[in-house]
Amino acid sequence: MINAVGRNIPDELLTNGREVFQGNNYRDGQIYTKPGPTVKAQIKPQESKLVESIREAIRLCGVKDGMTVSFHHHFRDGDYVANLVMQEIADLGIKDITIAASSMGAAHDPIGKMIEDGVVTGLQTSGIRGKMGEAVSNGKLKTPCILRSHGGRVRAIEQGEVHIDVAFIGAPTADEYGNARGKGGKSDCGVLSYAMIDAKYADKVVVITDCLVPFPNFPPSIQAVDVDYVVVVEEIGNPQKIASKAARITQDPRELMMAKECARIMAATPYFKDGFSFQTGVGGASLAVNRFIEPLMRERGIRMRWGIGGISAPMVELLEKGLIDCLVDAQDFDIDSVNSVHKNQTHYEISTSQYCNPMNKGAFVNKLDFVVLAALEIDTGFNVNVVTGSDGLLMGAPGGHPDASAGAKCSIIVTPLVRGRIPTVCERIVTVTTPGESIDVLVTDYGIAVNPRRQDLIDHMSAAGIELTTIEALKDKAYSMVGVPDDIVFHDRVVAIMEARDGTILDVVRQIKNYEV
Amino acid sequence: MKGKNRLRRTLMFVSAQTPGLVKEAYIYGADSIILDLEDAVAENQKDAARFSLYHALKTVDFMGAERIVRINGMDTPHWKEDIRAAVAGGADVIRIPKCDSAADVVAVEQYIKAVELEFNRPDAGTLIMAAMESPKAVLRAEEICTASERLVGIALSGGDFRKSMQTKYYPSGNEILAARGLLLLAARAAGVQCYDTIFSDLNDMEGFRVETVTGKEMGFDGKSVVSPRQIQVVHEVFAPSEKEMIEAERTVRAIRENAERGIGIFTLDGKMLDVAFLPGAERVLELAKASGLYKGDLV
Repeated sequence: MINAVGRNIPDELLTNGREVFQGNNYRDGQIYTKPGPTVKAQIKPQESKLVESIREAIRLCGVKDGMTVSFHHHFRDGDYVANLVMQEIADLGIKDITIAASSMGAAHDPIGKMIEDGVVTGLQTSGIRGKMGEAVSNGKLKTPCILRSHGGRVRAIEQGEVHIDVAFIGAPTADEYGNARGKGGKSDCGVLSYAMIDAKYADKVVVITDCLVPFPNFPPSIQAVDVDYVVVVEEIGNPQKIASKAARITQDPRELMMAKECARIMAATPYFKDGFSFQTGVGGASLAVNRFIEPLMRERGIRMRWGIGGISAPMVELLEKGLIDCLVDAQDFDIDSVNSVHKNQTHYEISTSQYCNPMNKGAFVNKLDFVVLAALEIDTGFNVNVVTGSDGLLMGAPGGHPDASAGAKCSIIVTPLVRGRIPTVCERIVTVTTPGESIDVLVTDYGIAVNPRRQDLIDHMSAAGIELTTIEALKDKAYSMVGVPDDIVFHDRVVAIMEARDGTILDVVRQIKNYEV
Repeated sequence: MKGKNRLRRTLMFVSAQTPGLVKEAYIYGADSIILDLEDAVAENQKDAARFSLYHALKTVDFMGAERIVRINGMDTPHWKEDIRAAVAGGADVIRIPKCDSAADVVAVEQYIKAVELEFNRPDAGTLIMAAMESPKAVLRAEEICTASERLVGIALSGGDFRKSMQTKYYPSGNEILAARGLLLLAARAAGVQCYDTIFSDLNDMEGFRVETVTGKEMGFDGKSVVSPRQIQVVHEVFAPSEKEMIEAERTVRAIRENAERGIGIFTLDGKMLDVAFLPGAERVLELAKASGLYKGDLV
């Protein structure tokens, strides 16, 4: 069946109430009942929930073939927890595990082999890269991988589509009763937003830490009332990769030029006024937008009420300069943001449900004025791909992209027109991860195009003297420079399902057909 | 001659040998792009660079940015073939490096004419720009400026000039103050443009701004740049203020209207004006238009 972004979704996937994507607000107002976890009561007073090893925790939780386990990705490329747990599961001979992670990255290459070995046969994640991406793209995973946005993942958990048997939550600090925080210790990651939902909905919750602190570890991100066991290990991650040094604002003139255009565009809209809200991605150009909105804010004498994300140093800088009232934080990307959530009274940790779940009673993104994000590809319908490379391989993450874009009054994509010989603006993108109806403006190094759905923005920008072109003209320009790319050749087999935020099917990813030499 | 007196606030150097840079050089908004066949290209790559240059000129739409080709010096075996590639490709301007005399300009002009005929472009009107690097050339600036009708402007090549003067770069600019002044005097006397030298420290944006302001105050038409990062600074510095723009608009309007009524000299806001004020006021409006400040139709 053809869905609202023109993608043909195989009928065999449309079972058990699954539907194709029918527009961002198709399920608005839907009534549902949240599921609850199975809880083993802990009435008898006890001193500690400490167990001696991850293997012991796995045994006590009763992990067995066919179960679903979850992980968070606050440790980014420095995560050791998923690999430690999965290696123990594999060593115990347990098979058919479904991993329900907030994201998986290059740190999880060892799990690629477990996919091939049948230890892992199901995968639900927001991001997928490295060996895991290669394994899934090559059809090694037994069942199609389900890709969801951050908001979509929480929705799936809170609607009962994903039932987590055991959540393994890496925590920079924890007490022996399970109160866990993203703050402190040697693997400080700032917040534990992704894991908050897992702790509330999983049947069993295991906190894994490398820094045991005295009870109570307060205020906790993960509450002891939800935790079954605590394990102390040598290291839960590589601190250098968990909270890296803040990226220097790009010096690349192309990125700076595009960032400046983004700021001009923001300033041309009626939303750029005292009390506005803003989210930015962590790409070079996206981050640099902060630098260019600062003088515009000062010129107009306005302040940002709140910034959200994915927080990084440039947002913290604006907070500390008094240009932002508060930051609400679902993930920290660098040391500056980690330090800020510790010390700044108006830098708050929020759960991913608060951040962007489309089907709770109203998430932060719904009230967002601006978001500036990148794209791997964007088609002439403004549909964006951030998950598959131009070779068809799974190598990215929808993350909060579809969520913030859908919520923001003005969502801006900033991307170079071509990357090497690959056109970024094209006729047909490999995978739709964010529907075009969510995207308002495209900023490239060769011109700016506004989604025709937003005539109001076109009028505002024209009034501000911002020169506009069309996305078709940008595509033509890209093709004139690097040629028209050949279609990627896939097998028929679906290896991944790209879910829309509301759980309908936005697109499918098929098994790549490797070129024969 | 077409395009001779166009606005040249920024002249950005790009190696002609690097297609990735050449294809997109215009996107940063420089008024002129200098496609370099000289110092940026290794001696054994001159032919490859010429090949790239020709195809870039033929295929890339520079979206209105002027295409200047810096040829190799006339003391090399390359300059004639450089001119052939540039003229065949349709370059707007040939920039002569190490120009030492009027004779250099005349020789280049004659060769350009011959090549325009060779490639059936007799009306191409390829323009010339001369860069001076030696004290001797600086002292001959006046004869260089008047050597050809095709000459649009002159520039000081600061790096080599400093070496020949046994000095080096100083933030004060004292080491090239005399040369800047002489070139400006010669250019203004001949009615051609004059461009300030490059500033090579890309990490010192404040120093670059200071030098650009000095250049503007001295009367340069623009400045050569070596990175897109420098373009915006030059354009900001050269942009007229709103007050200057309004005054220029009123001046242009008043002089034109009075001229139609046969009045040559008159007063505006208590200031005596005549036609001699027109070019200056029009230039202010052109700068304002290029800076996005002026939306009117007087220029």
